[in-house]
Amino acid sequence: MQSGKIAEIWTLLGTVPDPEIPAISVVELGVIRDVKFLNNEFIISVTPTYSGCPAVKTFQDDIKTQLNQNKIHNFKIEIVYKPAWTTDWMSNETKEKLRKYGISPPEKFAQCPQCSSTSIELISEFGATACKSLYKCKDCLEPFEHFKCI
Amino acid sequence: MKDLEKYTLRIADTSLILAQRLSEWCSNGPTLEEDIALSNISLDLFGQANGLLDYVSKLNGEKSADEIAFKRNERQFYNLQICEQENGHFGDTIIRQFLCDSYFKLFYSSLANSKDEILSAIANKSLKEVEYHLRHSSNWVIRLGDGTKESNQKIQTSLNQIWKFTGEFFEMDELDNIMLKKNIGVDNNNLKEEWDLIVNKTLKQAKLTRPNDGYMMNGSKQGLHTEYLGKILAQMQYLPRAYPDAKW
Repeated sequence: MQSGKIAEIWTLLGTVPDPEIPAISVVELGVIRDVKFLNNEFIISVTPTYSGCPAVKTFQDDIKTQLNQNKIHNFKIEIVYKPAWTTDWMSNETKEKLRKYGISPPEKFAQCPQCSSTSIELISEFGATACKSLYKCKDCLEPFEHFKCI
Repeated sequence: MKDLEKYTLRIADTSLILAQRLSEWCSNGPTLEEDIALSNISLDLFGQANGLLDYVSKLNGEKSADEIAFKRNERQFYNLQICEQENGHFGDTIIRQFLCDSYFKLFYSSLANSKDEILSAIANKSLKEVEYHLRHSSNWVIRLGDGTKESNQKIQTSLNQIWKFTGEFFEMDELDNIMLKKNIGVDNNNLKEEWDLIVNKTLKQAKLTRPNDGYMMNGSKQGLHTEYLGKILAQMQYLPRAYPDAKW
């Protein structure tokens, strides 16, 4: 009886954007690990991308708002650490969305998202958020962010 | 305090105090990129401390993670003394970070095998982050050590000055032995050999001389600290102590 509701929750979570990269949802980011029904409430298991990522708190609030607006109130969000989040969970479709948004997706070699050049240089191992590093394209000279593989 | 609670608190305090120290670089970094890097490393460490303090809070059953972080005095903190040392100049910070990152990598690799599921999960997660930090700090040690005559001399002095705080990484006290016997804790003695390999390799590449192991500072496991911890706490705890009902 709850399986329909669980599917509905997954669909709703799929509409909650990542607060820092709104081009993809929290489901696509891979941080929603499980939705289950236990003791009359839904348990949503969430894993942080990086231990200190400030977006984790924001997207928990966003999830609450989205579910409440859709009249779902009997749920709780639980933080899980295992297995540790990895960019391997991102689908090719999600990676393509990142590229279109101007971020080089988490693949072994960074590539300019503007002109697809692989002639690039690392500017900084740390970017504006914990999950990204900074590069510059030597062909089109545009700076760009690369989603780090972890 | 229960054994597991105290053991977890030690690890949490080490991350928390180093994170607070590093955060002082925010807006003061030598370059914008480095400002962001040090702040990001600090943020990762705060995150690790947060996960660990949540666990301490759960084991404690009464105090929240915030209360534990903000309402203890110096003698109730168990962070390694190296973490509370002043930032000094950029080279001082980088050397401290490199020595700590090398230790964290080995400590968390070992803690990842802990029988305690939560410690093991946090260790696994932290390991990915500290490996990245180590890559960054090692690169800087090499760049500064193998840079100009002046940068080499400066960072060699930084290394000589902080060396006496590295002994604490490998100490074992009664609590460590109890935790090790229960397959929960790490055998700190065991980390030394591999730590030496990592450190020696980078120092050699950086054309730096490894200081001799002379007198080593100790005492943090009993809550004994250098003069700097009190000053860190004064700043870190000011707001929640002065305005206990403040929300942020």
